[in-house]
Amino acid sequence: MDLLIRGGRVIDPEQGLDAHLDVRVAEDRIAEIGRDLPLPASGSSCAAAPRVVEAGGWIVVPGLIDMHVHFGEPGYEHRETIASGLAAAAAGGFTAVAVMPDTQPVHDTPTVTEYILRRAGIVHGARLYPVGAVTMGLNGESLAEIGGMHKAGIVALSDAPQSVGSARLMRRAMEYGCMFDLPILSHCEDRVLAGNGVMHEGAVSTILGLPGVPAAAESIIVYRDIQLAALSGAHLHVQHVSTAETLSLLRCAKNRGVNVTAETCPHYATLTDEAVRGYDTNTKVNPPLRPAPDVEAVRSGVRDGTIDAMASDHLPQHVADKEQDYLAAAPGMIGLETSVGLALRLYHDGLLPLPQLVAAYTSRPARILGLPHGSLRVGALADITLIDPEHEVEVDAAALHSRSQNTPFLGWRLRGAAMATIVGGSIIFERKQGV
Amino acid sequence: MSSISFRGRDLLDVETLSTEDIQHILDAVPSFKEVSERDIKKVPTLRGKTIVNLFFEPSTRTRTSFEIAGKRLSADVVNISVSTSSVSKGESLRDMADNLAAMQADVLIVRHHVAGVPHFLARSVPQPVINAGDGAHEHPTQALLDVFTLQEKWGSLQGRSALIVGDIASSRVARSNVLAMRKLGMQVCVCGPPTMLPVGLDQLGVESTSDFDKAIQSTDVVMMLRMQRERHKDVLFPSLAEYAGRYCLTGERLRRAREGVVVMHPGPINRGVEIAPEVADGLASVILQQVTNGVAVRMALLYLILGGG
Repeated sequence: MDLLIRGGRVIDPEQGLDAHLDVRVAEDRIAEIGRDLPLPASGSSCAAAPRVVEAGGWIVVPGLIDMHVHFGEPGYEHRETIASGLAAAAAGGFTAVAVMPDTQPVHDTPTVTEYILRRAGIVHGARLYPVGAVTMGLNGESLAEIGGMHKAGIVALSDAPQSVGSARLMRRAMEYGCMFDLPILSHCEDRVLAGNGVMHEGAVSTILGLPGVPAAAESIIVYRDIQLAALSGAHLHVQHVSTAETLSLLRCAKNRGVNVTAETCPHYATLTDEAVRGYDTNTKVNPPLRPAPDVEAVRSGVRDGTIDAMASDHLPQHVADKEQDYLAAAPGMIGLETSVGLALRLYHDGLLPLPQLVAAYTSRPARILGLPHGSLRVGALADITLIDPEHEVEVDAAALHSRSQNTPFLGWRLRGAAMATIVGGSIIFERKQGV
Repeated sequence: MSSISFRGRDLLDVETLSTEDIQHILDAVPSFKEVSERDIKKVPTLRGKTIVNLFFEPSTRTRTSFEIAGKRLSADVVNISVSTSSVSKGESLRDMADNLAAMQADVLIVRHHVAGVPHFLARSVPQPVINAGDGAHEHPTQALLDVFTLQEKWGSLQGRSALIVGDIASSRVARSNVLAMRKLGMQVCVCGPPTMLPVGLDQLGVESTSDFDKAIQSTDVVMMLRMQRERHKDVLFPSLAEYAGRYCLTGERLRRAREGVVVMHPGPINRGVEIAPEVADGLASVILQQVTNGVAVRMALLYLILGGG
């Protein structure tokens, strides 16, 4: 079906575009961008009628990419299936997601790559890009079948939500991954130092009596991996940056020309460790929520570009695994459907202009993962997200598309939401309005 | 008349109690203490009420203290000891709470080895929940009985100073006492090797030191914490002997303290580890008064929550 998206503010950081323009989509591609484009010719030989989308007051951006999500298929379908995950992605405004390998079996062989891609292929939702494991079974001991998985279609390597414990193995993985131009997405955590910690170690953990994880547990491994990236020449991507110290290490490495990029998640720019008071296990996340100075540093890192991308680290957990004491509860929070609304707080707070925020969701993650997306240039695949930055939505468990509801943001009113999500010229999600 | 009422309220921590709340509880204690001094130690105040002691962690004295308190008030007391191995999933924790709630117990008294479990249960059941110690978080009734014991001795605690010594990081007794003592106007210093001092203490308005010999010279009360012998496996100190050498309250150390210093210990004590026998049994010690007052404080609390106001 052909589309005409009219009257929106088109922001495409890749082309340096920020203007009120119309976008015409023909079949699955961007056909034309310009002022006051004519209505598609109706009654043409094309069977489907052209569709006009009025986008006045909205922003029209390249399809958003979430480069860090966890689904549960295969193996943990009670948490999230590929279908429910991709539906949640579409509802959150995402046209593509990169899925971590912590399935059962672990995504460490091309067989699993093929299975995931086949399952994703039958879903009318966002696009799925699989990320293969660095090590077999995420065991941190031997390399996964990297070459085979690359051939089958992985776009990156990661042991998330684990950290590769051995520096030697991490070095070899980086070196080996270079052969396929695969970036290594690193969950940076010194597990020995983190011990049995379940939240940030600080004044709040002291009051709550919960074992803490010092900020150094993150930055020690960030530093190690930066050194290894310099040694191997690999592309290191640091996942979910949560501390001020990590940011200063990243700035230093980027200045030195090390091939390193980084992401953070909306929750690390929104919540502090104060949120753990009351022991809501939906606040248990790894890395843990940090105190205000770290949150401020993360926000500054997004503003100055040290943090390249925003990702959700969407990690669905079944209610039975969250309805536990704080030590026993499974870590993680879902994020696909709250990401845009939370990240727009950075814009509403006056911290950064929209184009910069859009880049963190589009051109930059596309470049990091080498995806053919992230731009609205003519001829590109028509992956487009329409966002109303003012549309208020209350986070409601019953309205979530995800199979799990583990988010500390239930009941929050978020300002700004995806209104429509378009993949390859086809509208896969439209927000119901006027309710 | 005070407008404070505890009827139906949870007692989860000292942190959320106001100074007035604490004083309101303490003011109710003496009349219950008097009951325990009678020949017939029983009043009909809570007849027909059911108290459930739900203990997920071994405890003799706190459980017994609550049990005696309930029985002296004529309530029916049910003790449930749950081995942690059989309940490792919160799902069954939730189910257990739901079941006790459905049996219409009137109050749940909960001890658990993980911080926050009483809060979790308080959210899950309609009945009031009393925290009898949760992980390294709080042990509010212990702190209440401790400050009651000090008030009995001194009257107002305003301007008095306390030194709490031992494994502060993993002590719920220390946390609750720090909070209660601060709210009642005391200065508090905590003492132990740096490996046992949690971060962020300064933000609680607490001083900290590792120099016991110096700190003991300028305090009105020394509270020794129980040393958990297995904790040195977590590389917190090299050996029990080295720990005792620096942090055992010996008669010699006590002689450096002020005249009239009070020695406390929440029990059970490790004689010769954190406290020397002659000190535990000495004139400065109020350790057994703490135990006696524990029953009275718990009676007062049960009365305020289940009956009175």
